[in-house]
Parts: sequence; C-alpha cells; structure tokens
Amino acid sequence: MNTIEIGVKINGESKRWTIAPGDLLLDVLRREGYYGVKRGCESGECGACTVLLDGKAINSCVMFAAQADGCELLTIEGLAQGDTLDPLQEAFLERGAVQCGYCTPGMILNARAFLAHQPNPTEDEVRDLLAGNLCRCTGYVKPVEAVLAAAEACRRNAKERER
Amino acid sequence: MNSERSIVGKNFRKVDGVKLVTGRPAFTDDIHLPGLLIGKILPSPRAHARIKSIDVSKAKALPGVHAVLTYQDVPRVPHTTAGQAWPEPSPKDTYLLDSKVRFVGDRVAAVAAESRAIAEEALRLIEVEYEDLPPVLEIEQAMAPGAPVIHDEPDSTDIHDASRNVAGYIFKEIGSVERGFREADHIFEREFRTQRQQHCSIEPHVTISWLDPDNRLVIRSSTQVPYHARRQVAQILQIPLQRVHVVKPRIGGGFGGKQEMLLEDICGALALATRRPVKIEYAREEEFTMARSRHPQILRMKMGVKRDGTIVASQLTVLATTGAYGSHATTVQGNTGSKVLPLYRVPNMRFECHIVYTNAPVAGAFRGYGCPQGFFAQESLVDEIAHELKMDPIEFRRKNMIRLGDLDELSAELGEGRRGLPRRIRSCGLPECLEQGAAAIDWERRRKAGPASNGHLRRGVGVACSMQGSGIAGIDWASALIKLNEDGSFHLLAGASDVGAGADTVLAQIAAETLGVSFDKITVTSGDTDFTPFDVGAYASSTTIISGGAVKKTAEKVREQIVKLASKMLEVPPEDLICRDNRVVAKSECGKSVTIADLAMHATYREKLQIIDSASHFNTDSPPPFCAQFADAEVDTETGEIRVLHLVTAVDCGVPINPRQAEGQVEGAVAQSLGYGFTEEMVLDGNGRMINPSFLDYKILSAKDMPKLTTILVETEEPLGPYGAKSIGEVAINTAAPAVLNAVFNAIGVRFRKLPVRPEDVLRALGAKGDA
Repeated sequence: MNTIEIGVKINGESKRWTIAPGDLLLDVLRREGYYGVKRGCESGECGACTVLLDGKAINSCVMFAAQADGCELLTIEGLAQGDTLDPLQEAFLERGAVQCGYCTPGMILNARAFLAHQPNPTEDEVRDLLAGNLCRCTGYVKPVEAVLAAAEACRRNAKERER
Repeated sequence: MNSERSIVGKNFRKVDGVKLVTGRPAFTDDIHLPGLLIGKILPSPRAHARIKSIDVSKAKALPGVHAVLTYQDVPRVPHTTAGQAWPEPSPKDTYLLDSKVRFVGDRVAAVAAESRAIAEEALRLIEVEYEDLPPVLEIEQAMAPGAPVIHDEPDSTDIHDASRNVAGYIFKEIGSVERGFREADHIFEREFRTQRQQHCSIEPHVTISWLDPDNRLVIRSSTQVPYHARRQVAQILQIPLQRVHVVKPRIGGGFGGKQEMLLEDICGALALATRRPVKIEYAREEEFTMARSRHPQILRMKMGVKRDGTIVASQLTVLATTGAYGSHATTVQGNTGSKVLPLYRVPNMRFECHIVYTNAPVAGAFRGYGCPQGFFAQESLVDEIAHELKMDPIEFRRKNMIRLGDLDELSAELGEGRRGLPRRIRSCGLPECLEQGAAAIDWERRRKAGPASNGHLRRGVGVACSMQGSGIAGIDWASALIKLNEDGSFHLLAGASDVGAGADTVLAQIAAETLGVSFDKITVTSGDTDFTPFDVGAYASSTTIISGGAVKKTAEKVREQIVKLASKMLEVPPEDLICRDNRVVAKSECGKSVTIADLAMHATYREKLQIIDSASHFNTDSPPPFCAQFADAEVDTETGEIRVLHLVTAVDCGVPINPRQAEGQVEGAVAQSLGYGFTEEMVLDGNGRMINPSFLDYKILSAKDMPKLTTILVETEEPLGPYGAKSIGEVAINTAAPAVLNAVFNAIGVRFRKLPVRPEDVLRALGAKGDA
C-alpha cells in the first residue's frame, strides 16, 4: 500500500507519522494514542472527535490526516498544564457538566477555540457554539453553565496577569 | 437530620471526572492490543427471508481475513439478548447466527480481519441467496389471520403464541372496570400512538474480546450488565462461566441500550475462532439499524369519572411491537401498566397488552421502560377530562393521585414477568412537586389569564405527572466489598455499573458517610466480574437504592471491625466510640481517639489483620420517585412550530445523595423526553429499512434546541433507601410530551395523540380546525 509521511506539531510536540493517503485524521490520532479524540458518528454530525487545528475547532472524522501535514494540533490530552487543569476542565468538573464524558473533550476544545476570540460570550452564543457537540446525557444545562463560568474565570485570570 | 451528614447531600465532583475531562484512556476502545482484528457483522438487507445458501469461500480467501462465521459454524442456543436476571422473563427467540433473517439489519454472518477495510471487503464477498418471505411491517397486521409467522422455528421458548406473532400477552385487573364504568358519570376513551425512538448514546456499542494467558475469554464491553453478559455469553458460546471475564470500563452513555448482550457473544465467538483479540464497534448507522429502540405502542385508554372528578375506573389496552425479537417485550410493556395506572388511586383498573413481533428493528430496554408511552396517554387523557369537567388540571390530579401510606396492588399483579410484590408508598413528595412546580411556572396567574395571544403566536401552560420505581422489587440485588488499606484509605469494590450517570461517585459518598471518613479516602473499582462482587447491573433505576444499600451495609460492617479494634487500642468500650473526620473518637469526655490511618497501620503490621467485609442487599419493594412537570409553550400558527419556552421539572427522589448529579439526571432525561415528543423517530420504508439512520436525519436535540429548564428537587425521606434516597435516573423522561402538549392545548385548543408532533401536524390540525 502507498504510504506518505506527514509532520505535525501536536500538543506542543513535533511528530512525524506514516499514513495512508486516505486515512482519516480521527483514525490516525487514535492509532497514535490520542484516545481523548472520540468516535461518535464519523460524518461530522456529533462533534465528539473535535480537535483544534491551528487553533480552529474541526471534526477530525471528516478530514484526511494528510490535510493536517504541517499543522499544529491540540487534543484534549494537551490542554492541561501538567496537573493544572484548564479553566474549562475545572468548570466542567465543578458544575457537574460531565456525565458519561464521551462528548466532553469535544465540547471543551470547541469552547476553548471559541473563548480565544470571544472571551465574554452570552448564553445564546454558548448555545450556538455547543450546538456542534451532541450530548445525550446532560440536557446541556450544566455544560452551558460551565463554559460561561470558565469564560469568567479566564477573564479574571487575564486581569490578574495584567496587574 | 441532614445537617448531621457531612458527605451525603453534598455536591462532590465525580470520582472519575479528572480522567474524563483530560481525555485519558478510559473507555472500552481506548486500549491498544497488539494483533487486534476488526470484526464486522453482515447485516441482512431483507426484512424477512430464509438463507437458502451462503458461500463464504471468497471472503475466507481474501488476504487478511482470519475468520468468517455463519450459522453453520456456531452453537444453536435459543436465548434472549435482554440483560435481565436469571431466569430472564423475555422469550428465548434469538440465536448467535441463524438460517433465517427477521429484520433489515439482522445478523447474517460475521468476519474478523486485519483491518476494517478488509473486513468490509470480506462482507461484500459473502454470497447469500435469500428466499424472501412476506414481511410483517405494520403492527396491526401482525396478529391478523394468515399473517406470516416470524418465529416459526421449533426450538424457541417462552413465546406467548408464536403462530400469531404474539411475543407476550398481559391481562390484569383489580376490582372490576365494568362495574366502575357503570358507576361513572362520564366515560372518556382515546387512542394514542407512539413511535420507535433510539437511545443514541454518543459512544456506539463496542466490544473487544481476547483470550488471556490462562485461555480465559476476556470481554471488555460497553455494557450496563457485566454479570448478565457473562452468564449469557457462557451459555451461548457453551463454555464454562468460569472461563469468561467481563470488564466494564467507562461507558459513553447507556440509557438502557446497553442493558443488552448485543455484541459480546459474536465478538467472543470470533476471538475463540481466531485466537486473536477482536473488536466489534458499531458505526452510527449500524447503531441505528442493529441496536435497540423504544417499543412503539398503540394505546387505548378509557377512564370513568364521577361528576366531582373522582376517577372510578381506568383501563389501558395496548398493542405494542417488539420488532423481530422479544427483548424485554413483556417486562417493558408490563411497566406501561404497573407504573402508570397506579399514579391515580382508582379502585377498578385493567391493563391488557399484546406485544407482537414485526419484521422491524428490535426494541428493548430504554430509560423509562414502557412508562413514557403510558404516561403520554394517561397524562393527556387526564388533562382532557379535567378540561371537560371544568376542573383545574392540578386540582383534578390532587384529588385522585396516589398518596403516602397507599398500597398499590396493581404493581403486584404486574411483576417482572411473574407475580410481583405490592408497593407501599412510604414517601411521597408529589403534592410538593405540584406546588413548587406550579409556583415556578406561575400557574395560577397564567391559567386564570388564559392563553396569551400575540399576532400569530399563542402561548399556554400545561402539566403532567409521573412516577417510576427504584429497582425491581424482590429481584434486583447487589453486593459490595470494602477493604481498609494501611494508610487509612479504603477500596470500594462494587458490582454496580456506572454508565456515566455518576454511580461510582454516589456509592463513594455513601461509603465515606458511613465510615466517617472524607470523600477522598474512597477508591472505587466497579463492574468487573473477576474483581467486584455481583450486581444485576445499571437498570430499573436500581443503582442508588440497591447498590447503594449494599455499600451502606458493607461500610457498616467494616466500621464495626474498625471500632472493635479501636476499642482494644484505646481501651474504650465499642459503644462509646464513633467514626468521624477520619478518626475513631470516644464520645465520653476522656477525649481519646485514634486516626483511621494509625489504626490501619496497627491492624496491618501489629495485628496482622485485614479489615475487610462485604454485604448483599435487595428490597422487597420498589419505592417510586415522583415527578411533576410544567411546560410553558408557544405555538406559531403560521409555521406550526411548537416552541417550548420553559420546562419546570419538580422531582421527589427522596434524599439526593449528590444533588448536582441528581439535577443532571433530570436535565438529561428531559432532553430525551422532548426529543421523543417532538423530533425523534426511526422511520422505516415499505421494506422495513430505516431511512434516517444518521444524526442529520434523526434529530436529537442540541444545546440550541433546548428550552430553559428549571429543576426542583423536593426532598423526602425514603425508609427503604440508603440515607433516605430513592432513584432519579428515569422518572423525568416520562412527561415532556404530555406536559408540552397540554400546554399546546391550553394555547390553541387542539389535542395531539400521536408522537412525535411536528410542525406539519400542528398546521394540519389548525387547518382542520379552521384557524390557519
């Protein structure tokens, strides 16, 4: 079988992967041990496979791995700084926004990308955003609360850093 | 009383939370196994056919294919896939692989190959010649004289009447409905229809199976029922139970869909055939067409009432279909009677139900377990009766509803596939649920003011009530084991299966509370048939009350051992000692105490004693949680759209062990319930093929679609529950459709009796009424 080699920077580390041209990014990421990237529908409908590609949230199940060549990737495994959780991860835990946790990485990464551009979102904006991440457990009440709480925590942190 | 508790009733973070938010490998498929093969199942393209011939030689010859199994290669053992306690009350009408297919998606063959692509290619190379049989697709055709017989095989058992496609039949009566209807001043009778809904857990079913170094079959699976799966796999594959080890990792949602031995048998068979690890994972389309769904029903409900609003007779007649196999057929439908009718204390009640086979996707357990169908009918009809009698719907319900001290005889008649146990109401917060819910939706003012009108928008409020159970009385049981480590921490080993709802956390809270230690001292291992003691599994709203009861008993026994040793160490009589704040403390003024950590070290290295104990638990009653749900909804008379603006759900779940998790259970159930009412339906074409097997075409609600939700937990103290707890997992799934539709009636004066209700249905109805 034909193979090609791609280079990515993932969670801060440079990697070179040998892939088949038709390999999906989701499959390659899971094969390489990034199990936090979840398979839910394989058609870009549920958002469980969300990763950040050059800072943008994408569904890795509908993207060829080859398209990620030369790009910077962030998966849920790369979000916490050591044992220090990202404010979104903290908020999801604190607000009870995690039930089974299968859609959680996708939600958190989607929100992470969004908050970088919109640090002060309204509830409606957060609901629009999370519409790309289907969840069958929570009814979305607590995930929405968690994103809003994390946004506030991030703003507070930013202010403290300015001081 | 609660103020004395330091752990129960507090919002601890999930014990498994950190690994979930950081994406650590925790789910079934999050492991790397060298030599892993991919298993795939060839689904039947026909709704009803015999396999005349099947040629797998080309598939077997394909490089990379390690096994191809057909019915000719596997044992023929009639069984049910329903993950229920032995002996399962469901018909034994299913085979690992069979020479007949009974729905589009039924198993024809299974392959294991080096990759998914090769496995899929191998499926294409299997040559099957079918002899088509006429299918039974309409529920009302199933029992018709001359209808094709779906289960004509001689070896299936426990089918009510296979020759008429009747999987199960139920008839129970208390009092005499005939007499009741004679005594009634008014009789109301209506027909309701419900559709096929799917669980749609975001993690599809996945099983990985391999032989361990001792030649035992390991089955790592997304299951709610590891112990039942172990028993059933051993039976189906005809290997000793001792040789089967079922592991339940983190599960990506179950909702009843994983209370089913769905892939474990065939995956195990492939592992045995290849002696390699094999994984079968459903793709989303397979999940829709080859997993389970909620039983569709046609319900005819008849109630007789006195002029003053007293219900004197209540009769529910149901025709349900279980699809091609009878998984949970009789028990789900039994619940439609036993948990629905007794919500009102009617002296004369009758429940009759036929559950028929059709050549359609298989139904099974689904959160609510027969109740969403029943409460849709009952709560719609009750609203209609109140309206006709010009009574407030809340007042009408208050007059008739079950209350504290009542003995519900119908639930005894409708046990789990046999006579059950009568239900005594020992805690009931339903009046408070109605009161607090009504206040939150501003009921008095809104009903007095009548429907609001704004151009083409009409707005109204509605209410519906329901109850559920807490475990299956006399059947569900659980056990736990707790051991003390030498640093004063504890290992809690529980057979219970956390499927994402937070059971591990709740059980740890119960253990910590009982042992008098902080929450972080408890490490939980659950759902592993080699290492954790027996538990029937996560279903029937049983975990908090039954598994929790087992944990509490176990912790009490361990605490007794700790106190006994502390008594020796401190020279204080045991009755003067209590465990609190990670210490054993003398109640008297002497002030003597020892930390659990010091005691544990002493036990381990001085006494040479492992402090460890276990206990089993079951209940002879199933205390119902109660729910009152209020909807504020707006109808757009131009587009037919129903917009739910606010849903208030007031629930009595006894004492919530972890209130935030309890709220989460309610909110998630409400979202599924709204989907059931208004968007979700598995649509089959004229050949029995599902035409919308994707999230694009089968609409589950997103964050954007959800209305404002208010959840109210009304606390009562249930004597049979650990620390007063009842269940919370299911009860809130029963009422969104009737609550909203009652609000819709309030707004536009139209009743809807067929789910799901879509904008086109609303427009059609308004057109018929002459309003649009």
